[in-house]
Amino acid sequence: MTVKAQTPVITNPSLYDVEAIRKDFPILQTYVHGKPLVYLDNAATSQKPISVIRKAQEYYSTMNSNIHRGVHALSGVSTEAFETARIKIKKFINALGKNEIIFTRGATESINLVAQTFGRSNLNEGDEVIISEMEHHSNIVPWQLICNEKKAKLKVIPINDDGELILEEYEKLLSDRTKIVSVVYCSNSLGTVNPVRKIIKAAHKKGIPVLIDAAQAVNHLHIDVQELDCDFLVFSGHKIYGPTGIGVLYGKVNLLDSMPPYQGGGDMISKVTFEKTTYNELPHKFEAGTPNIAGAIGLGEAIDYVSRIGIGNISLHEKELLDYATEAVQSVPGLKIIGTASEKVSVLSFVLDDVHPHDIGTFLDFEGIAIRTGHHCTQPVMDRFKIPATSRASFAMYNTTEEIDVLVNGLNKIIKVFG
Amino acid sequence: MDQELRELYQQVILDHNKSPRNFKVLEHITQEADGYNPLCGDNIHIYLDVEDGIIKDVSFQGSGCAISKASASLMTSLLKGKTKEQAEKLFNKFHDLVTGKLGDNPDVDELGKLAVFTGVQEFPVRVKCASLAWHTMMNALHDKKERVTTE
Repeated sequence: MTVKAQTPVITNPSLYDVEAIRKDFPILQTYVHGKPLVYLDNAATSQKPISVIRKAQEYYSTMNSNIHRGVHALSGVSTEAFETARIKIKKFINALGKNEIIFTRGATESINLVAQTFGRSNLNEGDEVIISEMEHHSNIVPWQLICNEKKAKLKVIPINDDGELILEEYEKLLSDRTKIVSVVYCSNSLGTVNPVRKIIKAAHKKGIPVLIDAAQAVNHLHIDVQELDCDFLVFSGHKIYGPTGIGVLYGKVNLLDSMPPYQGGGDMISKVTFEKTTYNELPHKFEAGTPNIAGAIGLGEAIDYVSRIGIGNISLHEKELLDYATEAVQSVPGLKIIGTASEKVSVLSFVLDDVHPHDIGTFLDFEGIAIRTGHHCTQPVMDRFKIPATSRASFAMYNTTEEIDVLVNGLNKIIKVFG
Repeated sequence: MDQELRELYQQVILDHNKSPRNFKVLEHITQEADGYNPLCGDNIHIYLDVEDGIIKDVSFQGSGCAISKASASLMTSLLKGKTKEQAEKLFNKFHDLVTGKLGDNPDVDELGKLAVFTGVQEFPVRVKCASLAWHTMMNALHDKKERVTTE
């Protein structure tokens, strides 16, 4: 089976053809409760283009075989495809070498990997880890676990009423005891784009490494790890139009080399005896066991898709959607946007007077609209704004202003029922 | 509004959501308990004033969706003056109703005011919203200190 790319290549942003893009995503033809699906839950997971779906099928139909092991033909083909995906990711984020790209199950596992290896070998009693108040639970709990074990302390950069990091406070937190700074690039619940370059520079002045959680950034912003100069960067495949269950840890090679392995097993060793095991070289040292081969290859395909459209063009389109939506929801009585940072990705969190997000979610569902309601795995953010939950609409490359109109109409209907 | 949605959000529920009954702290409290739904952040606190096995007064505080608030509000109005055993029976009846054990057309006479929650069974993700107050009340009644959680 051959998979032919049908994606239009956009060289001029004014020719961005959202309808052509929508045709690449089969799920967008779905009807929910008799209404056309309006999928605005992209910050939870993005939909997959047909090329990614076909790639997984192609892998299982024509290549399926374990990697790095067999001498037979199929094993060679699957190893080649798997390693090609790694090179695509290396190029996409401009890493120095492909050995700096570790495949994981997702951003969460990538952070746990760093906490359990770098954290375990570098943290001692009284040491400190800096995170921020807007972190996803996946960038809080892994650090709490290792800090508790090592009697180290978690320090938190506070945020202001707009949902922006207070950088002066951050600089005060940096100390001789700080062993790592781990912050989110873009907030999943507020949309805030953090000034990660400044954060990294300030930490590096004191020789402290920085991990950037790019789970909500990699699908919106151009990322160049060498230009950012971050020490670690993590993301999940499924937020960038790829499969679930596959993610990436980027790490500077000297750091990755200095870290002990995460999990033990096959593929991560060069020689095993009962007395002693020597570990495999990077990146395999951190990839124990048979990985999600189809997932990695699918992620490579998703990156090809995004690259064909152009991440800059996607950014521009999403910015238009966010601006349009931010303006349009002003017409909904009693609506308040949570997260009003000056720089945002296309995430619109809001609360409605006297209507709980859960009720909003159920009502919108009957209009065919999928949004996320709840605390978005950022309970400290909810506490900061003294709200139990928000409703969140998040936009992707295939969303349209017409869909935002459907959302606003839906919200106005809710006001009538609850008003 | 869609029929299924109308059955979930009946006028009685919308009304209890807007003006919840017994939404206060009791002056005399013999038992109390906390309930929490981590999925949506709903939290509820139930206060009981029980004397000689009879619920003299009951109230609640907290925040939650329309379903959970209306459920707490209706529950508190139904429980006043009931014995512990009667309260437990009502809990079981309510639980059977929202989990669909009584079917789509339960005996409305027997259920009384609780019948407005019949539509909840069509929304499995909302069953937890409807039952949070009841589970929390049961913990308070049995003087269990640990917080109820729906997960």
